[in-house]
Amino acid sequence: EVPKALLPVANRPVLSYVLEQLELSNIKDLIVVVEGADAALRVGGWISAAYVDRLHVEVATVPEDVGTAGALRAIAHHLTAKDVLVVSGDLVSDVPPGAVTAAHRRHDAVVTAMICSVPVSGLSEAGSSGAKDKTKKPGRYNIIGMDPTKQFLLHIATGAELEKDTRIRKSILRAVGQMDIRADLMDAHMYAFNRSVLQEVLDQKDKFQSLKQDVLPYLVRSQLKSEILINGAPQGQQAKENGNDKVSYRILANASTPSFHELYALGPNGSAPVRRTHKCCVYIASNSKYCVRLNSIQAFMDINRDVIGEANHLSGYNFSAQNNIIHPSAELGSKTTVGPHCMLGEGSQMGDKCSVKRSVIGRHCRIGSNVKVVNSVVMNHVTIGDGCSIQGSVICSNAQLQERVALKDCQVGQGYVVSAGCEYKGESLARKEK
Amino acid sequence: MGAQKKRAAAAAAAARVSEDPDDLARQPLQAILLADSFTTKFRPITLERPKVLLPLVNVPMINYTLAWLEAAGVAEVFVFCCAHSKQVIDYLENSEWFSQPNFTVKTIESHNIISAGDALRLIYEQNVIHGDFVLISGDTVSNMSLTQALQEHKERKKKDNNAVMTMIIKKSKPSPITRQSRLGTDELFMAIDPNTKQLLYYEDKADHSKGTICLDKMLLAENPSISLHNDKQDCYIDICSPEVLSLFTDNFDYQHLRRHFVKGLLLDDIMGYKIFTHEIHSSYAARIDNYRSYDIVSKDIIQRWTYPYVPDVKFCGNRATKLERRGMYRALEIEQSRSAQVGSFTVIGYGTKIGSNSKISDSVIGEGCTIGSNVLIEGSYIWDNVIIEDGCELRHVIVCDGVIMKAGAVLKPGVVLSFKVVIGERFVVPAYSKVSLLQQPTVHDSDEELEYADNSSGTVEFSSIQGTADQSNGEMTSESSEAHKPKLGTGGVGYIWSICEGGQEEEWRHSVAPIPEDKLTELSEAMDDDQELVTQDRTALSTSGELISDSNASEGDDNEDSKDDSVYFEKEVEATFLRAVEENVKVDHVILEVNSLRLSYNMTSADCAGAVFYSMMKLAIKTPHSSAIGLLTLYPSPFSMVASNAYPIYLSGELQQNTANIITTWQKLLKSYLLEIDEEIEIILKFEEMCLESAKEFSPLFARILHILYDKDILQEDAILRWADEKEGADESDKVFVRQSEKFIQWLREASEEED
Repeated sequence: EVPKALLPVANRPVLSYVLEQLELSNIKDLIVVVEGADAALRVGGWISAAYVDRLHVEVATVPEDVGTAGALRAIAHHLTAKDVLVVSGDLVSDVPPGAVTAAHRRHDAVVTAMICSVPVSGLSEAGSSGAKDKTKKPGRYNIIGMDPTKQFLLHIATGAELEKDTRIRKSILRAVGQMDIRADLMDAHMYAFNRSVLQEVLDQKDKFQSLKQDVLPYLVRSQLKSEILINGAPQGQQAKENGNDKVSYRILANASTPSFHELYALGPNGSAPVRRTHKCCVYIASNSKYCVRLNSIQAFMDINRDVIGEANHLSGYNFSAQNNIIHPSAELGSKTTVGPHCMLGEGSQMGDKCSVKRSVIGRHCRIGSNVKVVNSVVMNHVTIGDGCSIQGSVICSNAQLQERVALKDCQVGQGYVVSAGCEYKGESLARKEK
Repeated sequence: MGAQKKRAAAAAAAARVSEDPDDLARQPLQAILLADSFTTKFRPITLERPKVLLPLVNVPMINYTLAWLEAAGVAEVFVFCCAHSKQVIDYLENSEWFSQPNFTVKTIESHNIISAGDALRLIYEQNVIHGDFVLISGDTVSNMSLTQALQEHKERKKKDNNAVMTMIIKKSKPSPITRQSRLGTDELFMAIDPNTKQLLYYEDKADHSKGTICLDKMLLAENPSISLHNDKQDCYIDICSPEVLSLFTDNFDYQHLRRHFVKGLLLDDIMGYKIFTHEIHSSYAARIDNYRSYDIVSKDIIQRWTYPYVPDVKFCGNRATKLERRGMYRALEIEQSRSAQVGSFTVIGYGTKIGSNSKISDSVIGEGCTIGSNVLIEGSYIWDNVIIEDGCELRHVIVCDGVIMKAGAVLKPGVVLSFKVVIGERFVVPAYSKVSLLQQPTVHDSDEELEYADNSSGTVEFSSIQGTADQSNGEMTSESSEAHKPKLGTGGVGYIWSICEGGQEEEWRHSVAPIPEDKLTELSEAMDDDQELVTQDRTALSTSGELISDSNASEGDDNEDSKDDSVYFEKEVEATFLRAVEENVKVDHVILEVNSLRLSYNMTSADCAGAVFYSMMKLAIKTPHSSAIGLLTLYPSPFSMVASNAYPIYLSGELQQNTANIITTWQKLLKSYLLEIDEEIEIILKFEEMCLESAKEFSPLFARILHILYDKDILQEDAILRWADEKEGADESDKVFVRQSEKFIQWLREASEEED
């Protein structure tokens, strides 16, 4: 009911985190691509309200189910710059996109992918959800092969490939000599592409659906046997445009030891390049940076918790002495405690003897007395009756929980009414489609 | 308080440190030196002298190894002698090795041993190894220090009892073009855990047809980070725990150290034994595995990478040699004409005479050689007491003791002259030929078998077929060579060996001569093609040496293991079947063999039926074709008069007849797998698939052969009808053959209705 990009993380749409980071890196020409007209309308509405004076944002609509590659194909004519940064709207991260683009330009790469370590926060939470997650976890992993300097991407396996044994091509291993394979990193879905290459690939391979699963592996796979016209034409153009530029580029190239791509491209006797190659780079976010994608309910809760918890610098709020955020207009009943790592939105009211731990409560919620909220996300305008106990759950906007409801690991849909005295565990409750 | 703690910790550490030397002292380090490489790479030289006694820069190889072992702190060495054991023992007895203080050399002798595995099993029985030991072969040159590797090994062993071996590796990037290392060994793929240095994957003898390395998914699940290496070289120096010996004894099928033992341990996770690696950076270690490494290691010695084991330092039994400018080493009492030019990086042995105007560069000349005038020697290895008369030319060759080269003889690059060969006047020995006084052995030794056999039993059978072919080939050549006595010029003595195994093409890979330019360009072109293939379909193209037509290879286009398996299975069944036809094996025996294959590949009887049928049809195609060309007459066919590659011209009647014959002969075999109607349908489907892909020549005959199969009671009408029904809903393109056999099916239907 709510577009994913507008899901609230610490009472701000998740999309705002990405936009903020981009703004910080001084990337101001943005195209937000939204699947489906309905969602686009809402996202567009929100963006124009929030960023009208700061960012130059276009909102483009693409039909549903075209995949990320299809979406880019649809908006290809809007792209004009030499390099294009593609970011997923659900990335909550404090890695500066500028660093990714810098790595991209430094190597004159075709694609640069940002990868980060797999979040472990989901596991740190004890209990059944952690154990469950462990078994599921490999599904989320990428298998990433890099050169020893950790600059170039040599192998990437995603999705279904993970279930099988990993096959590494010997030719690339021969070219590079050593490859580090990591299973503890994941693709953060932030890519810098060379525009002309991206468009060419999208044009040629009209079956490619997803950037992550088709385009990126394709570029990585073909990097030593490039089928893309990049090394020839654009560089020549560049040289024409600016002779000085080329000279300085050469000097730079001479100063650093040539990468294996260049070595490989050289003929057997060091003659002129005979093979076409292109570079696929990586930017590894350091461990201290926060980088999680909101792609599951679990992740949604983790992110909510982290943003008001350990990664609180992202939220942009000032924390009180108790390490929590309580909006001045929120009203608390007597003997109600709001623990650290909590957030209470504007105009929310809480009754007596409530306790809130590690949870986010949205705006204008009305919470009765004797309510316990632990590890949960409560969105806006939610009404919670007396004596409820909510653990590890997500409660969407306008939902209503009547008295003495007990929820554990549940999701409650928008506007759903949970009748009094019900107990649910690990269920998702939503209104029936009409 | 804190200080106290610190002191306690320091004391504990000190205690630990003091413990370790104790350990070392209590347990003197032992080493096993295999004085036999169990390969035949150095033939024909090794027919007369063991490899470890071959001179490397005028010192027998084993001395380098022993000298290093002594310097590395090994207290006791067991020299395992097998081939030419008497020579080795005699040599060691006369050398100073037996009289060293703190260094004992003991020999173990055995004659009926054919592999390193057997040797280690024998040593285990003798119960002489008590602690960690260094396993090395007698052709290794190194100057590395063992202390650190040994310490690491011991510490690991303390923590984890399963860490049984530490392998020494060294950085060395193989050439991307030839795909072999500097030392002429095949490229090596290893996966190493970057933190613990545990070896996780090892692939030498890389199968070039496979474009990918397959890492087990469990491997990645267990280790978040793995380094894949293509730039490392195995030094063949291993530090082993005593368990290694018992492992060899437990697994009596382990023969080869790397191929069986290392791979066995890596694959078999039940026992949980682990192998670790230790990389050396600045020191030298290399094993002389082939002629190329002999050349390279000699050059490294001359260029002093192996210091202190260099010609001018006395380390064992080498004569005093002086180092001069430009890397020239000269022994004493050399008679050199004033006009002779001796170039850089050359070693000249004691008492050698060099005539006027001769040019020598980058070469090693042994002791007591006589070199005439106007001789050109370049990049060559001349051993002791060689006589080279005037005007000879030698480029990149190995010349053993006592060879006489008459005036004007020329050795092309890559030539190896074994002991006491005489080359006649003005005779030109062609490139890469090997000349010996002994005739080439015609019977393949069992160790030869080992060298080329693979671990899977199926391939052994396969190679035995090839082996027989090879053998007959070898006999042929030796006969022919006897027929017209290989002349090595006037007055020449010796036989030029024909190259039958491995083939001429591979000869340059391991030769002393540098790789010729044209080969390089050829290879780099091939590499480009290869790359193309790989990017096109990323699959492992199977190009195993198959007897069957190429069409089979296209079947290997699957990238899934299970598919691969079934392809292999099919091939094996085919090979079994062909052999059965060839050797007139009884049907019952063939059934037994196919059954055992079925069990080992975990296939269903439907698969068997399909595979057997496939082989039969293949045979039917091949029969007239192959006999016409004059290859193996696989099947005595009276219809084998037509030689034609163009199958459409083929007399289809003949093919049909052939098929009928074969089906009649082998129907019992086929029927034994047709237990149920499903298998019969499988056969029809298989046949259909063949007609579409690998054996298109059957497609016009589909209906007729179907009829034959029906007549012979191989297919029941139910099967055929069900097949037709199944195909009813298929695509138009799929129904070609149903169409074709429509009449027949119609007839069947009517017949069954009548019966009703």
